[in-house]
Amino acid sequence: MFSVPLWFDFMAIIIDEKKSVIVQGITGREGRARTKLMKEFGTNVVAGCTPGKGGDSVLEIPVYDTVLEACNYAESYMGEAIDISVIFVPAALVKAAAIEAIEAGVKMLLLVPDRVPVWDAMEIYAAAQGNGARFVGPNTLGVLSPGRAVIGMIGGRAQSAREWFKVGHVGIISRSGGMTSSCGYYLGRAGVGLSTLVHVGGDSILGLRIPEVALMFEDDPQTRAIVIFGEIGGSQEEQLAQLIVERKVTKPVIAYIGGAAAKEGTRFSHAGAIIEGGKGTHAGKVKALREAGATVVTAFGDLPAATVEVLRTKDIPLAGRFTTEGTEDTEAQR
Amino acid sequence: MARLHEYQGKRLLREAALNVPRGAVASSADEARVIARDLACPVVIKIQAWTTGRKAMGGVAFASTPGEAASAAARLLTMKVGAFPVEQVLVEEQLPIEHEVFVSLSIDDAARRPVLLLGVAGGTGIEQRAEQVVRLPVGIDGTLDRAAVLSRLAASRIPSTLHATLADAVAKIALLARRIEARSLEVNPLVTTRDGRVMAADCRMTIDDYAVFRHADLGIDIARELDHPPTPLERIAYAIEQADHRGTFYFAQLPVEAGKPLIGFHGAGGGGSMMSMDAITAAGFAIANFTDTSGNPSVAKVYRAARIILAQPGIVGYFGSGSGVASQEQFHSAYGLAKAFIEMNLAIPAVIRLGGNSEDRAVEILEDACRNLPAPVRGFKKDDTPAACAAVFSELVAKCGARAATMQRRVPEYVGTPASYSFPITGGRVWIDHSACDAATTQLVIQHSAGLLGEQGGRPVLAVSEEEVAGKDSELIACEIECRRAGAPVLFVNLPIPGLDELQ
Repeated sequence: MFSVPLWFDFMAIIIDEKKSVIVQGITGREGRARTKLMKEFGTNVVAGCTPGKGGDSVLEIPVYDTVLEACNYAESYMGEAIDISVIFVPAALVKAAAIEAIEAGVKMLLLVPDRVPVWDAMEIYAAAQGNGARFVGPNTLGVLSPGRAVIGMIGGRAQSAREWFKVGHVGIISRSGGMTSSCGYYLGRAGVGLSTLVHVGGDSILGLRIPEVALMFEDDPQTRAIVIFGEIGGSQEEQLAQLIVERKVTKPVIAYIGGAAAKEGTRFSHAGAIIEGGKGTHAGKVKALREAGATVVTAFGDLPAATVEVLRTKDIPLAGRFTTEGTEDTEAQR
Repeated sequence: MARLHEYQGKRLLREAALNVPRGAVASSADEARVIARDLACPVVIKIQAWTTGRKAMGGVAFASTPGEAASAAARLLTMKVGAFPVEQVLVEEQLPIEHEVFVSLSIDDAARRPVLLLGVAGGTGIEQRAEQVVRLPVGIDGTLDRAAVLSRLAASRIPSTLHATLADAVAKIALLARRIEARSLEVNPLVTTRDGRVMAADCRMTIDDYAVFRHADLGIDIARELDHPPTPLERIAYAIEQADHRGTFYFAQLPVEAGKPLIGFHGAGGGGSMMSMDAITAAGFAIANFTDTSGNPSVAKVYRAARIILAQPGIVGYFGSGSGVASQEQFHSAYGLAKAFIEMNLAIPAVIRLGGNSEDRAVEILEDACRNLPAPVRGFKKDDTPAACAAVFSELVAKCGARAATMQRRVPEYVGTPASYSFPITGGRVWIDHSACDAATTQLVIQHSAGLLGEQGGRPVLAVSEEEVAGKDSELIACEIECRRAGAPVLFVNLPIPGLDELQ
């Protein structure tokens, strides 16, 4: 039989199959394609919005002109409040779309587009703060909870996402979209299952950053260890190290920091990955995390083995199995 | 460029009603002489280059006469900063400076808001006196707490009669940063003069790349945060990115490290690219460029990226690797790379890690289409680590003698001839060699055309409108490569790259 512990109401973070999701920009090329992925993977997408396209439908999902109309529909006809809005609109329109959703009362947003102007991102943040809302991104591949649901485009296809990511107890936080999937896949190949994969976004101004997502994982009963794909630039990794030092993050952290070969001042596609004035260097991040007690691997290829090692040491099962009642650890993996 | 030169920044400061020294920019000694003569006072001449410590490197000169200004400018205009020649100098009135203030607005990634650093005890060498600088929060509308600025000034040795003017100047700097959507805006120093003026003596500004589209007035031609003026290849690459918004294409040339074999690098996704660069660097190679094509790019974009990478002289190999587990369909990249490698008759080995969705198909397309090229082309999948790919790459480079090669683009002879069938698409033209199209070949071409071509008089012709086919470059490049693989290279998508062919 299955061994304990057993979670009857385990959470994952940000997204699960019970959350009601709307898609802003659902009629566009990307919106349409990613809605298909989300729906096929198990996400509860209840409505879409595109100004001027109200009355249409995409993959049998009704489309409304405004977020407010979509929310009203969800509440009056389906008895659900909208939990999350996923935004696929051109970068220049993201600010207006996000603020519309925030003002309509949506408390969690996912901003997929890249090239969102920095001052727009700061305005969105201020609006979110004022309304008790939070957001992931901009420039995020999304969030995926294996066996449950996905928002964004992690995995590309539902079938790939199912094959690549196993259910378990490790939360992934990554600053790189592609590496979010890579971490998940390589951990899965080493037998390690995941609670939730979060790509915080590649930009310098983000709604949820590594330290905040780490705190969400700290509170999540399913998550028992945290894997970080960090990068040069900014202060997210250093702040995580501080949280570990302060004992606000107590679950084991295993990290890799990309960009060892990068030279100061060079920018590698993400706006976030730039070292300015000696801040956010590779060496500084590695040192801060190590001194805080995190495991930091220097070669990315060592990440799965290091994670397995940490899980074994802490007596955490490598993977779990998702059932309708919760997750159960498989005996073979104890 | 998203970084502005001092003289450009000062123009903006002047427009924002701040005082800046009288002066103008010069590109020659004669221009400097004329500016100095018109100013009719002792002048300072400063190189316009993206660097700090210009004074220490001899990039700042003082002159009392127009003749002295001309000879100083002549000397400064022969300077190089890194690999880049100084092309302009700023000639300005010398200021009788009394006090210096350090003002720097930047974006605080942790607080997600702008922050203003203010140092009232001098600007020069401020980096060494960080404890004397205060951080003042700035509103998202560019406003800040005037009382906080004044209280800081009150603690300084600056005469109180100037405090209000200085506080106004600081407020205007923050508002300007908001208006131009700066990522950073530094006025260092903001000075008071012995004759009681407040002036911005020097400035550094960086505009948010993603907001440049809203600021045509800034005259930024390349919205890229490079650490050097754009190279010709970077300009060509940027034009490609601007003309095709399907996916992302980023290209930057890196400082060349002597003594190591130089390679072209083609990543996909920033994080995976950095990791892959770490792996290839660890294998002993120097990287000529950083390139990222990701976010579901068009086939044409990947093709053009590969052409630009291959245009770099001295590279002995081509290494492509991204995250390794791509959510995007990887066969698109395979077609784009294969087309570039075939056209250039690739003479240096290439190793491409194509892991992710449709990786089996992607590797098969790439390796099969490139099987007859002078140099080996190998594709890898998600279970192959960057380090393992780098090891194979090392072997192949060694086997090929680690030699750079001059490669000439090959275009089929039927391209551009009146006997060939052709139609335009976005960014290029499709050519079909009708004289080589027997019944079987015609069927083959149509079969691989994704419904875009049909038969007329026994030959393949356009089956949809020109509007409809215009954006189908990805499908047509796939058709070109598939026909070639099947032994019938009768269709060619000609995608000129403005500037690249002239450069070579």
